[in-house]
Amino acid sequence: MALAAVYPHGALLLASPVSAAARLLALLPSAAFWQTVLFSASRILGGFFLGCGLAVPLAAAAAARPWAADLLAPPIAAAKAVPAASFIILALVWLDGRSLSLFISALMVFPPVYLNVLEGLRAADTRLLEMAQVFQVPFWRRAWGIYLPQVLPYFRSAAALGAGLCWKAGAAAEVIGIPEGSIGERLYMAKIYLQTPDLFAWTAVIAVLAALFEKLFLLGIDQLAGKAGRW
Amino acid sequence: MKLHVEKLCKSYGSRAVLKDVTFTAGNGVLEIAAPSGGGKTTLLHILLGLERADSGWITGAEDCRWSAVFQEDRLLERLDAAGNLRFVLGGLPAAAGKMLDRLGLDLGDPKPVQDYSGGMKRRLALARALLAPSDILALDEPFTGLDPEALARCLSLIQEAAETKPVLLAAHGFGGGFPVFQIPTLETA
Repeated sequence: MALAAVYPHGALLLASPVSAAARLLALLPSAAFWQTVLFSASRILGGFFLGCGLAVPLAAAAAARPWAADLLAPPIAAAKAVPAASFIILALVWLDGRSLSLFISALMVFPPVYLNVLEGLRAADTRLLEMAQVFQVPFWRRAWGIYLPQVLPYFRSAAALGAGLCWKAGAAAEVIGIPEGSIGERLYMAKIYLQTPDLFAWTAVIAVLAALFEKLFLLGIDQLAGKAGRW
Repeated sequence: MKLHVEKLCKSYGSRAVLKDVTFTAGNGVLEIAAPSGGGKTTLLHILLGLERADSGWITGAEDCRWSAVFQEDRLLERLDAAGNLRFVLGGLPAAAGKMLDRLGLDLGDPKPVQDYSGGMKRRLALARALLAPSDILALDEPFTGLDPEALARCLSLIQEAAETKPVLLAAHGFGGGFPVFQIPTLETA
């Protein structure tokens, strides 16, 4: 990167780390920067939580009722196989650009979380479940004591994967949909005006936000895992 | 109360496990006897509603609350003794401390059950079954891994429970002096 940057006009094609860092430092104090971050983060993370919020109860339904699992198998397979770009373009027809990243993030997070949680539920210890059945243990106590400790490691690995995916796909959706005031719009403008320091600065912002969110979310999951199944 | 089992049959594929099992159990201990693999656990699982019989009738157990010691301990291994009792009972009854004390266990011991010896787990599983509110008690090999002193303590508690409810005790070659129901031995082809 540094070599390309010192080549005559190279900085136009590939900004040096120093110029990217300088651009990022210049952006940080401005209110517009934080408004842009807030706009994208709220939608992308909203999509993450929406995807998880839909995937977990549907996985529970699929674990309890085989017909529900059969019903959900084709859309899950489609969501896994169809390229994100196809969904983005289709969603542009249905939705306005401002909601696009929320929808796409949810769509990216849903399949891994659904499949992992379903696997975790199916792996629950049937002997403990029988014991709870004989002693007529209420559902919420079974969920907290047997299902949750079993499912959390599966959910954790899916959430870690989904947290990265939602930022990638969400930012890509914003670049295509170009909603005003989004990180995707800033990336698109960087491309139009060949502002590679801006491109790298905003890319770094996305990477930092994704890593930070993943760390915080997994920390929360680990805290819950320590408490799950305890009285 | 009286539990009556009439002509209960159960097969796994072509292998018959129970055939025309008939017995009645009132308050007190009834020892269910059979050789290893003779259908004791299957019979208890059917009575507990964990398996379905192919045919036969069970009367007197409608709307009854069952409590059980399973062939395996079926404890929540990450939890301590108090946590395991809370999971099943929803809280800790006043009798819990004394019950565990009589079984040589400590309710305040914070050690997770996974660190218990086999005998300790067995005693905790029995304490859980005895403390849970129930009308009938099913005990599947509850004395596995117990030394003579622990066995005597467990027996004493089981006899106390049996004063007010039927206790079905499946114990291979136990011979504790209780009335015995022998599961009919099936001829193998």
